[in-house]
Amino acid sequence: MVAKQTAAAEKTEKLTLAQAVNRGLAQEMERDPSVIVMGEDVGADGGVFRVTEGLLEKFGPNRVMDTPLAESAIVGAAVGLAVAGFRPVCEIQFTGFVYPALNQLFAHVARYRNRSRGKYPLPIVVRMPYGGGIHPPEHHSESYEALFAHTPGLKVVIPSTPADAKGLIASAIRDEDPVIFMEPKRIYRAFREEVSVEPYALPIGEAKIVCEGRDVTIVAYGAMIKVAMEAQEMLERQGVSAEVIDLRTINPLDINAVLRSAEKIGRVVVVHEAPRNVGVGAEIAALVQERAMLSLLAPVERVCGFDAVFPFPRLEEHYLPTKERVMEAVQKTLGF
Amino acid sequence: MPVTIIHEARTERLEILDKDGKADEALLPKLSSEEMTGLYKLMARMRRFDEKALALQRQGRMGTWGSIRGQEACQAGLAVNLLKEDWLAPSFREHGVMISRGIPMRQVYAIWRGDERGHHFPEGVNCLPVSIPVASQLLHAAGLGLGLKLRGENRAVAVGFAGDGASSEGDFHEALNFGGVFKSRTLFFIQNNQWAISVPFHKQTAAKTIAQRAHGYGIPGMQVDGNDVLAVYVAAKKALEHVRSGDGPYLLECLTYRMENHTTADDATRYRLADELAYWKERDPIDRMRAFLVSSKLWDDGKERALLEEVSAEVEAEVKAFEAQPPAPTTDIVDFMYKERPWYLEEQRAVLAKESR
Repeated sequence: MVAKQTAAAEKTEKLTLAQAVNRGLAQEMERDPSVIVMGEDVGADGGVFRVTEGLLEKFGPNRVMDTPLAESAIVGAAVGLAVAGFRPVCEIQFTGFVYPALNQLFAHVARYRNRSRGKYPLPIVVRMPYGGGIHPPEHHSESYEALFAHTPGLKVVIPSTPADAKGLIASAIRDEDPVIFMEPKRIYRAFREEVSVEPYALPIGEAKIVCEGRDVTIVAYGAMIKVAMEAQEMLERQGVSAEVIDLRTINPLDINAVLRSAEKIGRVVVVHEAPRNVGVGAEIAALVQERAMLSLLAPVERVCGFDAVFPFPRLEEHYLPTKERVMEAVQKTLGF
Repeated sequence: MPVTIIHEARTERLEILDKDGKADEALLPKLSSEEMTGLYKLMARMRRFDEKALALQRQGRMGTWGSIRGQEACQAGLAVNLLKEDWLAPSFREHGVMISRGIPMRQVYAIWRGDERGHHFPEGVNCLPVSIPVASQLLHAAGLGLGLKLRGENRAVAVGFAGDGASSEGDFHEALNFGGVFKSRTLFFIQNNQWAISVPFHKQTAAKTIAQRAHGYGIPGMQVDGNDVLAVYVAAKKALEHVRSGDGPYLLECLTYRMENHTTADDATRYRLADELAYWKERDPIDRMRAFLVSSKLWDDGKERALLEEVSAEVEAEVKAFEAQPPAPTTDIVDFMYKERPWYLEEQRAVLAKESR
């Protein structure tokens, strides 16, 4: 799907990705009084990345709740709150701190609709900043989208632009099923773009063609879109035309968008900063060879993080995929 | 600088009936004859229901069953204090309280025979599905209790169930702490049956009781003789009154004993001594209450026979109904995962549909 362009007449404001999520949260809370925000430091502090800034003042402590420092409690209590009729939006401060909540997410949140044969769907959103590139201490750089995507019952959404972030957080909140909403913190404030001031929702499960091309398809998401686009510009100068697809949703994958591009072009490179082993790239490569085999001109390439622990900041630039590595992978598909 | 006492704590335990069913008259609750015999009937119904499941399991007609034998007083003493609008967040050994709350026996049997449809409880029955990972459901009860508070409810409460093993889990701590901070409308109802599969209570904690932990969370708590239905009745009433009043959660520990194996997949003779079992058999909650009722001239052999006939007939009818239900369509495997099936489940559903019986 090509992104809906903001109409000229529409009123817009220039926002960062973090601000866009904030606007989306505020507008959904205004629209629906059952939406509540809960997590560590989400109140007076406005979240460590300021994504919930101003919400406490606007909606009060019954709808913006600073919780004890306990991730399992945040997600586990959200189960009960959802059954009681609320739509909890939980913030996990960093993806690297979600592990204590995995039991609640995997054993309950993902299964509740199924276990209760549809009686108790859980409209819960769990937001978490993910990914590397901000030079933090250990446990602040993880990308574990594959864990969540591998768990039946969850949806996994990762925006890469402010406009998408605002529309997708709205959809995540309105969704009747649990959504893991992973925010690329490396680009929380990397750039601003014009975002409609009106509330709007973008569909979950639809990828976006960021840039059309003829010679190779680069599939990426989150902070890697920026890397993919840098590679695309360099390649353009070398006379190689790359099509860049932003998945936006990891589960359910918009596999048709990838397949259409693969059938048109025949060369696919997948980019993510999560480890390669059993990752999103592997799933895409498998689906593409399964469904577009005869269109392929080269094996699907993957440019990923290493299958190693995310390094401390002094080496992190070497861990994260770079435009050079993406270009190398593209050349490999062209030279096959 | 002087040393000062900044916190002192004591923890109460309540018993009303002794092991032979003789009551401490001063502590007896003011219940009518019907209410007294009602508690007994409720326990007898639970036991018959439980015994039948064990029998079915031995015949290959039931899956893994976690028996509630010995814990009927805990569940009956609580159940009669509950209101229709209260919520339950059960673990896997709460069949007794569940069937006392309008969940048909056939549905509880169905769950343990391996049919998710058992979990689709009737409308108006406020009960979460059974949670098997121990202690995890206490957080659901904490969240539900907070939700009820935020909704402005002034009667309804949430009851979270767990056992002694669960009290070692992190979620036990997180739930009591969370509930305490938010003053959630939650009763944490702990049946300490003293065995977590093969591990005895003294290996779960160095603390003497679970009830005393309430002090650490700034909430009230107490222990009750969980094999004494009158004591549980009184304690649960008091605990629920506290929670209903809006003053926050309550931790109620019922000290009881698991008379059966952990489940039908377990063999307790590998780790448990027969004399311990004999000691607790003498304290059977049903025998004690019957002795009390007989000595109070509220019960006799004729009533006993009639009751057993009545509950047996009900259980048999429920077994018949549950066994008559054909298996669910194969497509049920994927049909409840999401509100709308994603493309891959649509494809996988086609595979299942072909295998439909």
